[in-house]
Order: sequence, then structure tokens, then C-alpha cells
Amino acid sequence: MMPAVAFADGALEDTPLLSVRGLSYHYGRQLGCRDVSFDLYPGEVLGIVGESGSGKTTLLSCLSGRLPPGSGSIHYDMAGHGLTDLAGLSESELRVLMRSDWGIVHQTPRDGLRMGVSAGANIGERLMAIGARHYGEIRAAALDWLARVEIPANRIDHLPQSFSGGMQQRLQIARNLVNKPRLVFMDEPTGGLDVSVQAKLLDLLRGLVSELGLSVVLVTHDLAVARLLAHRLMVMKSGEVVESGLTDQVLDDPHHPYSQLLVSSVLQV
Amino acid sequence: MAEGYNFAYLDEQTKRMIRRAILKAVAIPGYQVPFAGREMPLPYGWGTGGIQVTAAVLAPDDVLKVIDQGADDTTNAVSIRRFFARTAGVATTTRTAEATVIQTRHRIPETTLTEKQILVYQVPIPDPLRWMEPRETETRKMHALLEYGVMHVKLYEDIAHLGRIATSYDYPVRVNGRYIMSPSPIPKFDNPKMDMMPALQLFGAGREKRIYAVPPYTRVESLDFDDHPFEIQSWDEACALCGATASYLDEVVTDDAGSRMFVCSDTDHCGERRDFGHEGPWAKEIAQ
Repeated sequence: MMPAVAFADGALEDTPLLSVRGLSYHYGRQLGCRDVSFDLYPGEVLGIVGESGSGKTTLLSCLSGRLPPGSGSIHYDMAGHGLTDLAGLSESELRVLMRSDWGIVHQTPRDGLRMGVSAGANIGERLMAIGARHYGEIRAAALDWLARVEIPANRIDHLPQSFSGGMQQRLQIARNLVNKPRLVFMDEPTGGLDVSVQAKLLDLLRGLVSELGLSVVLVTHDLAVARLLAHRLMVMKSGEVVESGLTDQVLDDPHHPYSQLLVSSVLQV
Repeated sequence: MAEGYNFAYLDEQTKRMIRRAILKAVAIPGYQVPFAGREMPLPYGWGTGGIQVTAAVLAPDDVLKVIDQGADDTTNAVSIRRFFARTAGVATTTRTAEATVIQTRHRIPETTLTEKQILVYQVPIPDPLRWMEPRETETRKMHALLEYGVMHVKLYEDIAHLGRIATSYDYPVRVNGRYIMSPSPIPKFDNPKMDMMPALQLFGAGREKRIYAVPPYTRVESLDFDDHPFEIQSWDEACALCGATASYLDEVVTDDAGSRMFVCSDTDHCGERRDFGHEGPWAKEIAQ
């Protein structure tokens, strides 16, 4: 069991937002992830680090309902219902949850954006999906969010195709945050971006997370990203969690040999 | 009736299968029922779905009218009408009021339909979600779970790029407060006629093998935004032949110097009005 430590603006919350116990997933006979347990508290950013193929993305897909968990349980603090077992939800309830309470930021913006419609429509889609029917208000929300992710307002009617990689990623973030989700899953949000764009995006993300009080499950192989964003870290290797704890603690004083290897293999410039 | 054909061309088992699909479609207004569409002696896109539905509902004492773009005398309309005259031996007409079954492409007749009539639409692309979501598995799920947000994304795009909802035909509707349905490529001018229509409306898509229906007196609402309400087309001119101001008009270019006239697209409606003595600005000139 994890220690129930949470760093949400220094406050300790009693009820976790997301509670995972003994989660395992196999692709046929191939191991995806094994026996993962943790609690995520409101306002907390949990980083999952590890090398390629260590099961990070599999874990994230299970958590976000895109893969059915093989065994184990995932409980989520649904508004008005308290901690609810996600396995007990119908497909329609789960999909409502995914588009209203959650956000998913994909590694490749193309997976998370609707490439055939304008930036404004991309941001407005989730609003319309939950019943917004006033064009002026949808438009205003889209403009507001473009400004928040630092995309010029005059690009609102342009297709995401005409955007740079960094802009697409920021657009994807805006699209996910527009209806104020409580929990956001991010899969390598800075992957494939050059270093200066990465830094800008990280700044932006950090600001938004603290401003909106988001809870985030962040998958990354980049320890610098984890250091900057995550309150708490889990280190994964071969589908299992080998070490977990506060970010600074894990990165400054790694205990498991694999964590030590991971930390020491970061390039120093 | 031509030798060697079953009544109305299709064999009885096929008709039975199509009627079962129609019954299911009527029971769940707006829901697309898959059916085992047959090869018909005309190309896909020419009304293979509509013709199968018509064949399945046609009885020997029915009177059939077929229209294409509102006209009774266009190629598609003439050939389908003749097809059923030969294979079913049913009476045919161009008069909307006299017909019991009307097969249509692109229009709903201007004359108000009655409870005794069935309107059969030819549908090229039955799923209104198809434009936004190419996966059939996904669109079925979206229909089942009422996930219709993307339909408004399409309308949003119209307003963002063109300042108004520019979709002018195949304008998506919500049937009976539940399913979003493609009304087939009729102009949005005709959408309000579908709402609470006394006649049974059947839709057949031959290539995609789907049948759906709007039972008589069913609510049909066109999608819109609160601040951009649904509007139908309007014209500054009246019909050049019959002077109608409340019917759907086609623009016809009359020479290479920019002259044009507007005429009713519903030829029967226009003819009837002229029989009653209505005259448009070009009526005398054309008569000569």
C-alpha cells in the first residue's frame, strides 16, 4: 500500500480522487502491467516514469477506461456518488465521465484532435457534447482558451493541420481543459517537441494545473518533465512499479537499482 | 404486367424481409435498420434503396408517383415510374393528390400529404454522423448512447467560416426527440414539412443497405444554435410561370447574357396553379 501523502497546495485530503488496487493487464501472454496500486488525491500530479516498454502507457490506458483492466480495481470519486468502481459503470456512464470529468492528452496531437475541423470547433466540441447550444458562448470560450494556451486569436478558424507541433499540442490541451475536468491523463505531453517549445509548454501546464486545481496522471520518460510537474513519482520497470514516493525524494535519493540507473543516465549538458 | 416477373419485381421472401425492416424502422423512428439490399436493375445512386422500399409496400390498387428534383418528367423519375408500370401494372400519376405511394429524390411535394399516402425517399448516405466520424462501429455507438455533440460541430464550422448555417440540403434533424437522422438530400426548405406529417415517410439507402422511417404525426426538429436558429431558404422573386411565392424555386439560366428565371421545382404544383389561372411574369411569353 502507498502512504496516503498528498501535496495539494500543502493540504492533506482524506478522500482520494482515484484509487487503484492490484491493477494488472496482459496482452495475451505478454505482460502489460502487474499489480499496480496507488491513490491519487485532488490537486495532485502523479508522474509515472520508466523506459520505453515498461508498461506506462498500458497503465494509463487502463486508468482512463480505454483498456478494460484484466484484474484489480479502479475506483473514482464520482460527483455525487463517492468512490465508484469503474468496472461497475455501463459503457454510456463511462463515456459521459470521459467527456465531462476527465481529459486525455495524447502523445501525438493528431490522436487527440479532430484534424478536419477548425481550432475553434476542436475546443468547442466538448462543450457541445455536454449540451452547449449557444454559438456566441462557445465561440467566446474557444477564444478565451486559445489565449490561455497562447495561440493567437486570429488562428481560431484555421485547421489544426496548419499549426506547428507545439501549437497542436497546446490546442489539444485547451480542448481537454475547456469544460474544467477534474482529472487529466497525459501521455508524454512534451514528446516530439524541441527543447525550447517543451519548456514553454511545461510552464503553461504547470500554471494551468495549479490555477485549475487539476489532478493529473502524467506519463513521461523525461525525468526533467517529471521533476517540474509531478508532486509524486512512480518508477516502472517491466510492467511493475519498482519505486514510488515524492518526486524530489525519488530523484535525489533513488533506492531501487533501476531508479538509480534511470537518474544517472540523464544527459548532463 | 410483364411476363415472368413477380408482382412489383421483387420475390415474396425479399419483400417480406424488407417489410420486417420497415416495421422495425417505424417502431423506432429515425433508427437505421440494416437490411439485405438486393441488386436492382439500375445503378447505385439512382434510387436502388427507394425502389426496393416502394416494391415492398406497393399493392395492386396503389397509384404511384415518382419525382426527381421535384419534377415528374426527368430521366430518373420516368424510368422508375415505367419500371413499376411494367413490373407491377399499377396505375401511375403525376398528380400529388391522386397518388398513394410517392417515391422521391431531393424534394417533398408542395401539396400537403395525407394519412392515406406513403412518401418513399431515396437516400445516398443514411448516417448524418458519417461526415464527422468515418467509423461505422463508432457511429452506431454514438447513436446508441446519444452522443450527438459532433453534429453541432459541423454547424459551428458553417457559422465560423460563412457567418451563418450554410448547410442547405440534407440538413440533420432530430426525430421524436431521440435519433438524429439524415432527411436525404432534400433542401432544408422541406424540413418543416416533415414535422408532424400525416403521411408515413420511409427512407431507403440501397448501397449502404439501411432503411429508416418517420411514422405519421412524429416530431421532426432541425438542429440549430440558440443564437443561430434554423431558417429555410427564401427568394426575392416569384415563380416565372405560376407566380408562386411560397414554393421552392429553381434558377434557370435562359441565355448567355445573364438572363435567368425562377420556376417552381415541383412541376405538378406549378402546373396545377396555372390550371387555376395563376400567372407569373413569364407565363405569356413562354406560352407563345
